[in-house]
Amino acid sequence: MIRFEDVSVTYDGAAEPAVRGVDFEVPEGELVLLVGPSGTGKSTILNSVSGLVPHFTGGTLRGRVTVAGRDTRTHKPRELADVVGTVGQDPLSHFVTDTVEDELAYGMESLGLAPDVMRRRVEETLDLLGLADLRDRPIATLSGGQQQRVAIGSVLTPHPRVLVLDEPTSALDPAAAEEVLAVLQRLVHDLGTTVLLAEHRLERVVQYADQVAVLPAPGAALLLGTPAEMMAVSPVYPPVVGLGRLAGWSPLPLSVRDARRRAGDLRERLAGAVREVPSGTRPTPSSSAPSPSTPAPIAEVRALAVRRARVQALRHVDLTVTPGETVALMGRNGAGKSTLLGALVGLVEPSGGTVRVGGLTPHRTRPKDLVRKVGLVPQEPRDLLYADTVAGECAAADRDADAEPGTCRALLSDLLPGVADDTHPRDLSEGQRLTLALAVILTARPPLLLLDEPTRGLDYAAKARLVRLLRSLAAEGHAIVLATHDVELAAELAHRVVLLAEGEVIADGPTTEVVVSSPSFAPQVTKILAPQQWLTVTQVREALG
Amino acid sequence: MADGRGSQLHPGAWWLWALALGTAATRTTNPLLLALLIAVSAYVVATCRPDTPWAHSYSAFVKLALAVLLIRLFFAVALGSPIPGTHVLVTLPEVPLPHWAQGIRLGGEVTAEALVFALYDGLKLATLLICVGTANALANPARLLKSLPGALYEIGVAVVVALTFAPNLIADVQRLRAARRLRGRPDKGVRGLLQVGLPVLEGALERSVSLAAAMDARGYGRTADVPAPVRRTTAALTLGGLLGVCAGTYGLLTAEGGTYGLPLLLVGLAAALGGLRLGGRRSIRTRYRPDSWGVRAWLVAGSGAAVAALLALAASADPDALHPGVVPLVAPALPLWPAAAVLLGLLPAFVAPSSAPAPAPTSAPKEPS
Repeated sequence: MIRFEDVSVTYDGAAEPAVRGVDFEVPEGELVLLVGPSGTGKSTILNSVSGLVPHFTGGTLRGRVTVAGRDTRTHKPRELADVVGTVGQDPLSHFVTDTVEDELAYGMESLGLAPDVMRRRVEETLDLLGLADLRDRPIATLSGGQQQRVAIGSVLTPHPRVLVLDEPTSALDPAAAEEVLAVLQRLVHDLGTTVLLAEHRLERVVQYADQVAVLPAPGAALLLGTPAEMMAVSPVYPPVVGLGRLAGWSPLPLSVRDARRRAGDLRERLAGAVREVPSGTRPTPSSSAPSPSTPAPIAEVRALAVRRARVQALRHVDLTVTPGETVALMGRNGAGKSTLLGALVGLVEPSGGTVRVGGLTPHRTRPKDLVRKVGLVPQEPRDLLYADTVAGECAAADRDADAEPGTCRALLSDLLPGVADDTHPRDLSEGQRLTLALAVILTARPPLLLLDEPTRGLDYAAKARLVRLLRSLAAEGHAIVLATHDVELAAELAHRVVLLAEGEVIADGPTTEVVVSSPSFAPQVTKILAPQQWLTVTQVREALG
Repeated sequence: MADGRGSQLHPGAWWLWALALGTAATRTTNPLLLALLIAVSAYVVATCRPDTPWAHSYSAFVKLALAVLLIRLFFAVALGSPIPGTHVLVTLPEVPLPHWAQGIRLGGEVTAEALVFALYDGLKLATLLICVGTANALANPARLLKSLPGALYEIGVAVVVALTFAPNLIADVQRLRAARRLRGRPDKGVRGLLQVGLPVLEGALERSVSLAAAMDARGYGRTADVPAPVRRTTAALTLGGLLGVCAGTYGLLTAEGGTYGLPLLLVGLAAALGGLRLGGRRSIRTRYRPDSWGVRAWLVAGSGAAVAALLALAASADPDALHPGVVPLVAPALPLWPAAAVLLGLLPAFVAPSSAPAPAPTSAPKEPS
């Protein structure tokens, strides 16, 4: 259905090709998963299927890409619109109209389908994706998962034979991600649609794939094979595969169910291991439980209520954070996680209750004084960066924080060696940009550090670096609060998990207790080794010695 | 949500109705009639507006109208007014101006007559603005643009995208200004706004590029093959038609062109319309559930037109009632017949589908439109 014949793409002004010698074929009706670290050309490959590379992006494409027999060199994206449906990373930048029903019809209108056909397909798609109740809703009022489903629906209505998706679940909470994946599964099984998708969160998708294509490194040759074979060699893999590699299972398990079936002997070996004191790198959850000897809290939230544009974003929230503690805020999209972080840093004015951070009331404090108490890295780290070089950004951060000149640059070199001074912040990768924003915030040495969705768009290597970094910060006595959908990250880092739903705290306790009891927030390792309470592959590795 | 677009009124009907009320407002300065017009529009908005983000634009327009009214009054107080008045309310210190600024006055006497005149005048403008706000709240402008002829469709999409871009841009500015606080800089003031300007524009540009890519991949701009003679005829008709319209208008406006002006204008118009229609052949687009212009649309548009026509008639028949004098000061009276005419504008509140989530219409006609 999709055939790449020795394809290389070189963008204008780039010395090296973005992808080189790509040669593979996706048969009709298969779901093929494209994996690899950031910057290896996944998006380039996806966009060359729809013809956006090279027609829209420019650059030179060598070799040949054919989709359903059409050569993308001679067919522009709009002439492939009836066979290929493409959904990019950000669904919001995909929408042309403003209501759900119009959006579903837009592609068919462009193709000139007959009105009665359009009407029928819109109704079918509304049912297929469970959007019937939302048909008249303005798109801007939908949640992230709903928007992603509308985006998929909008490319489905012209009945494309190929669907191309770039990170469809990255921005979604675990439940919404499952919703979207269930839809993809249904398309592949019932309609025979061919799906090519790229995703960093492998733990969510790898068990659905028929084949996996791996781009191991920039410029390296693409490998294609069954998921189990590829996971054995891939540089990126989900925790379930990590556990399988550790235990030496072959073939590797891809789903929690496969792994549980084989985990009997591993559970027995682990039952003897002492789990209470895994190692010095990670304090046990119980050690952070409030006790008479714990130091004074750095942040205290009492009965906090926030109302925003007729919506009660938070109601009666209590939260205490002590130095050296890492707290993960979890919950659905729109549960109030970002609002709570905003209240802690003074961006959001409470409508009731009190917030005290380091003895100050954040929304009444001058920003200049507040940065010394608390720092927030927002969901889009780019929002923090104004200068046009990394050096300029660091100098500005030193001035803002009244720090010694060179403080920020030293921090950055520490966190992320090898970033040139004259690089534009926009040219950095997601992970590098996040680290730069983190360095800028840390320049003022705030004892409380807040992070909003830090792992969006990060590959496993960048994520592992972030985990190491945050752990050492916590060990130095920083208190860290992170809002995240990434259960694996929370399992690795957090001492405590706070679950939010509809603006209320519904659970607050040590990570093991909270995530183990929740089916959607439990990490894979916990699910596999239940009823024993293990959270991460690292813990298991250390326990086995 | 049960009664979907099947029962929605054509957006054009709402715009015609609202603009007709606005036209009616320009015919009078009687504050009672103007207040009645505002009340009529507010009542209809309250009963008919859908529950969508753009429906909240009404209150924004009301605030704008209020601001316009206040500015008009402020100018009358500060800069004086040509209205001769005898009832001096207060005397402000007058700033002496050089002789070349003759005719301009700063401060001085403030008379009741001048104030009342400014009030009437400002109220007229405010009513006009509120009528535009009514149209915005009742009918999404983007949906109105969808009713454009096929040849103009691509321009329509550009306008729609621009319309949805403005709110996004404002949200970006707010987010980035808030982010300045995180760096320990004040989040208020003009400097803050200037510093976020460049990142906001960069973000907007990036978003428009990715939207353009998405639109291209979804088939935007696919065209049908049109034979060369048809293409040439289209170009000739459109260009010739527009030239004709220009020449015709010139003829109408100059004194000696009275004989050829009108016919030339009409021929030019016909040719341009023909060109547009032929140009539509290049587009292969079809329309999904276009808004249909039904009886209710006629009633809504008709009620607005009736208000405008009747007030125009009243203005020529009885100018005194519609333009209450300010010198000498008299209390404005409510002229009975024009007031009754304005009340005709309430008709949409009864014939248009209400915004309340009524029980689903049992037999929504599913015409394959």
